Amino acid sequence: MSITTAELWFAIAGLAFGSWLLRFSFLGIIGNAELPEWITRHLRYTLVAVLPGIIAPLVFMPQATDGAFDLPRFSAALITLLVGVWRGNLLLAIGAGGVTLYSMLNFGF
Amino acid sequence: MQSSRHDFWAGLWGALPFCVVVAPYGIVFGVLAAESGLDILTATAFSMAVIAGAAQFTALSLMQDQAPVLIVIIVGLAVNLRMALYSATLATHLGAARFWTRAFVAYAILDHSFALADQKFQNEPDMSLSRKLGFYFGATSLVAVIWVVGTGFGAWLGAQIPDWLALDFAMPIAFIALVAPALRSLPHVSAAFTAATLSLLLAPVPYGLGLIISALVALLLGAEVERRMRGTS
Repeated sequence: MSITTAELWFAIAGLAFGSWLLRFSFLGIIGNAELPEWITRHLRYTLVAVLPGIIAPLVFMPQATDGAFDLPRFSAALITLLVGVWRGNLLLAIGAGGVTLYSMLNFGF
Repeated sequence: MQSSRHDFWAGLWGALPFCVVVAPYGIVFGVLAAESGLDILTATAFSMAVIAGAAQFTALSLMQDQAPVLIVIIVGLAVNLRMALYSATLATHLGAARFWTRAFVAYAILDHSFALADQKFQNEPDMSLSRKLGFYFGATSLVAVIWVVGTGFGAWLGAQIPDWLALDFAMPIAFIALVAPALRSLPHVSAAFTAATLSLLLAPVPYGLGLIISALVALLLGAEVERRMRGTS
């Protein structure tokens, strides 16, 4: 990497400050103010609107296979989702997904 | 009245599964950072200052591609735009805290700690502010520390991690398990389905902007479905 040490630290500092600013933005501005109902109604969907958008490309186009569909990874994702919705237990869902992934990767499907 | 210390441990306990996932993720980042020529101190400082996996991986690969420093910063921050959404949501729960407390809450916002806290606070809206803060810091502190320590360990290790471990898929599985319990009402399911579909269609859009677009559309849709369902019932 041809980047200089000074440039590297500048990049780290910029990313650090910028990330903090993004994270602080609304916490800093809104503070204790009461938000209107229509805004809080939208914010209730933040989690289900962001995480699936991060997850879906990783499941259908995994980096490990250079974006090619991969049955073990897809099955592991599906099992994790089903167990998670069914039981609502984090560890159980992660465990089920992990077992699915490793057994399919190592016992050849 | 329950103490906030009790809630701190409850948050920490709830976040334990993520420690298992974040440790290898941090190690992978450390290894990649070392391969790119960062020493242990720099790699660790990077994780400590930014604590955002996706943005750090993006920045690192841009630096390897010789991108100008300003581009590295701008693109890395674009990947982190979702944090502003988390900030707005957390403000509805923790906005009454003091300025410096909020500044520290902001520093420690991570995908999973946001998710744990948001679900907890929605299920128990009557929690006091100090109890909410206790839970939040419990949910985020240990994972943040493990991310930083993992990075340092990976940079020290410096060796390639064997493919058969399939560590690339630890994070997706953890995120699925995290979001699954929320998928129990029509508005939530429609928002999640929209976000997943749109993010796949928008995958070619650079700099993580596809994620932001899909998130905003999904958010609007979820809230709209909720409004219509309430209107008819």
